[in-house]
Amino acid sequence: MAGDNQAMPRIVAAQMLAPDAKQFRIEAPKIARRHRAGQFVIVRVTPDGERIPLTIAASDAEAGTITLVVQAVGKTTMVMNDLDVGDEILDLAGPLGTPSEVDDFGTVVIVGGGVGTAVAYPVAVALREAGNRIIAVIGARNRSQLLFEHELAALPAEVHVCTDDGSYGRAGLVTDALQDVLAAESIDRVFAAGPIPMMKAVAEVTRAAGVTTIASLNPIMIDGTGMCGGCRVSVGGHNRFACLDGPEFDAHEVDFDLLASRNRAYLEGEAARRRELHPCEVTVQVGGGEST
Amino acid sequence: MSELSRRERMKREPVSMPERPAGERAADFDEVNLGYSFDQAVAEAERCLLCARPTCVQGCPVSVDIVEFVHRVSNADLAGAAEVIAADNSLPAVCGRVCPQETQCEGACVLAKKGKAIHIGNLERFVADVARAEGWATTSDPAPSGRRVAVVGSGPAGIACAGDLVGMGHEVTVFEALHELGGVLAYGIPEFRLPKAIVEAEIDRLRQRGVHFETNAVIGMVDTVDDLLTTEGYDAVFLGVGAGFPRFLDVPGENLVGVYSASEFLTRVNLMRAYVAGSDTPLIEVEGRSVVVFGAGNTAMDAARTAVRLGADPVTIAYRRTREEMPARAEEVAHAEAEGVVLETLVAPVELLGNEAGRLVGLRLQRMELGEPGDDGRRRPEPIPGEVLEVTVDVAIIAIGNGPNPLLLRATPDLDRSERGTIAVDSDTGSTSKPGVYAGGDIVTGGATVILAMGAGRRAARAIDDYLGTDQAP
Ligand SMILES: Cc1cc2nc3c(=O)[nH]c(=O)nc-3n(C[C@H](O)[C@H](O)[C@H](O)COP(=O)(O)OP(=O)(O)OC[C@H]3O[C@@H](n4cnc5c(N)ncnc54)[C@H](O)[C@@H]3O)c2cc1C
Ligand SMILES: Cc1cc2nc3c(=O)[nH]c(=O)nc-3n(C[C@H](O)[C@H](O)[C@H](O)COP(=O)(O)OP(=O)(O)OC[C@H]3O[C@@H](n4cnc5c(N)ncnc54)[C@H](O)[C@@H]3O)c2cc1C
Ligand code: SF4
Ligand code: SF4
Ligand code: FES
Repeated sequence: MAGDNQAMPRIVAAQMLAPDAKQFRIEAPKIARRHRAGQFVIVRVTPDGERIPLTIAASDAEAGTITLVVQAVGKTTMVMNDLDVGDEILDLAGPLGTPSEVDDFGTVVIVGGGVGTAVAYPVAVALREAGNRIIAVIGARNRSQLLFEHELAALPAEVHVCTDDGSYGRAGLVTDALQDVLAAESIDRVFAAGPIPMMKAVAEVTRAAGVTTIASLNPIMIDGTGMCGGCRVSVGGHNRFACLDGPEFDAHEVDFDLLASRNRAYLEGEAARRRELHPCEVTVQVGGGEST
Repeated sequence: MSELSRRERMKREPVSMPERPAGERAADFDEVNLGYSFDQAVAEAERCLLCARPTCVQGCPVSVDIVEFVHRVSNADLAGAAEVIAADNSLPAVCGRVCPQETQCEGACVLAKKGKAIHIGNLERFVADVARAEGWATTSDPAPSGRRVAVVGSGPAGIACAGDLVGMGHEVTVFEALHELGGVLAYGIPEFRLPKAIVEAEIDRLRQRGVHFETNAVIGMVDTVDDLLTTEGYDAVFLGVGAGFPRFLDVPGENLVGVYSASEFLTRVNLMRAYVAGSDTPLIEVEGRSVVVFGAGNTAMDAARTAVRLGADPVTIAYRRTREEMPARAEEVAHAEAEGVVLETLVAPVELLGNEAGRLVGLRLQRMELGEPGDDGRRRPEPIPGEVLEVTVDVAIIAIGNGPNPLLLRATPDLDRSERGTIAVDSDTGSTSKPGVYAGGDIVTGGATVILAMGAGRRAARAIDDYLGTDQAP
């Protein structure tokens, strides 16, 4: 429900980036002006709809727009991806979350898996602007699912690509490529965003190598303002609310198994809702946000 | 109307609130209390002794002129009664329903000792409901002052502050972080106790009087308080952001799937309408399953009664003290029990137990007994050594209170805080350490009541009006 005199945010550009990932540019001048890398918005697209968090992939303060990249994994994201230029977003609140820590660390490896690459992209931009050398290790199920390869290359960044099926770049996991990068040179920091098993594996690799690693977590959220506690994650044995204190945390301190199990809380019910919406679709792996 | 003698009034029995049978109401979300009929209201009002020194008024945090409004009800002058109430209370339809009357106005009524206190809350609700249905306006707003005030938060504090400010001729915009207006009245207190239509009607009334509302506006993240005072051109700001930061138990197993804060559970059900077919927001299935709620305040009762309505069985309130100490309104405890909620007292959780998949399956509870009184004068619950029991449970809801939400506070570091982390204010005016910035409601007191938040909003409105009329304001 928008308030009075309040224009609903309008979509000014929309484009498919991958078979199930769509990029939107949305008029939101105030959010665009405030946005810092690492922050997200809460979106609601229908009157009966859920509130879902989406990372601000880019913002243009002058044009007054923000960019979102949405991977269709469930009802809300599917309905959102049916929207097009000229459509309005019912509810859009943000920017939310604590911005990324941005400094000149030296050489930073950005690890992105699936739509996680869109989450990591604004952080890569900010770190590059702060003077860091950027190495991007990005992965997807196959070539058509790969996001932001060219945008990252243009930063500039050295880009390593991995696909599960070997249809492009190296066949295999981003952690294999990451391990090679860590073996080849001295890395000052790693940033990871993607499916939970990927972030967990990255944390294990970099822990062994002793490299500070930040992960952008994706717990289930409702309000995104610290009111419900549903987004709580365990970091260093303490509960933290990802919408307030995160979504980025020290990956070596995060309890990823807990995050994965909490994100599976509604799997059964959601599978039913997806079937209602797209009855003939064969849906694969959504559990724990593994969808890449 | 024939005047009754004092004796006759004293002899009469109180008119109790008609309510739907427990078995029927526990199966839906419609309002439990039906409200008085005209005749019932008049009969109840006629019992009032019209005391020369009415103790009831002292019991009301905002000193509603109870004697006068009740007298007018007994004379069938409902419009007059509405006017009297409105002078002190901008949300009578809400307060009549949710005030803890037994510890406030009704608890202080001279007839309370005999257990026959006037049902002031029921009468207030009746008058307000009639006024709303009849569309009686009790206010006419003056010419515009040319001053603009930003109100942050649309709970009772913000609504009351906005209403008074617009009544003083100021231009008011209310900023709300969520997509719906009303604060706890919208996302916390359930439909069966406070129908959303009542809250919406109050908001609509403000809208008609020219108050602007902006939803999805998270102040601190989008505009800061300083932005409001500078680039956005507001002359003053009122902060009524509530205390919506849920506390957890700090025992192992709290993050298992199946463990909710009451805020999350109630938000999913009330704000996101998880109980309505067609809503996309999921809830862990509770139908036919066992639910345990920790805590015994209004929030705990609301969560438990909501679980009952969603088909949970059994639903248990687990509380570490006894029934006498339960902070909830007496009516809520009675209603919860009538609807089948089990009150398990003198137990405290020591661990929440999960299965391999990380799902809640049980609880380990410590038996307690009441020991010596603590600092707050209440007898402290103490564990009975060795008495630990294990129970199976599917869903646990933690309703042990809320702290101040740090979001706006972090973004406004120059706002002084109290020891408890709430915003520090001058108690007469609500003014904060920041010039032109006022605060009231739960963000100042910590989790309290609707009537106190409402009163604080109104006090701040008066102070803001003074401030805007002086040279202090920019
Ligand atoms: C801080 C943050 C930033 C995010 N950024 C992006 C982004 O830029 N692009 C993008 O496509 N996705 C992003 N996500 C994930 C996105 O919010 C979920 O995919 C979305 O909520 C799923 O909703 P749904 O109704 O379509 O699917 P559902 O059917 O509700 O869920 C499918 C699966 O997604 C996960 N999920 C469900 N609800 C949420 C939720 N509210 N938050 C997180 N995961 C959830 C669960 O594993 C669930 O099983 C982000 C999540 C977080 C927390
Ligand atoms: C479940 C429950 C049951 C209750 N039952 C009763 C009862 O029976 N009787 C009673 O008297 N009291 C009851 N209370 C307490 C009562 O509801 C509160 O004391 C009262 O609502 C406080 O009012 P408020 O205006 O201070 O804050 P709230 O009602 O909490 O409203 C604050 C609003 O500010 C918004 N906000 C927060 N931060 C920002 C920001 N940065 N920018 C913009 N907006 C923001 C919030 O989203 C919220 O809408 C209950 C509370 C709960 C949770
Ligand atoms: S506002 Fe509350 S305490 Fe005051 S008279 Fe009304 S019901 Fe009683
Ligand atoms: S104290 Fe009781 S009887 Fe006396 S005026 Fe108040 S409500 Fe009436
Ligand atoms: S999403 Fe509700 S507290 Fe973070």
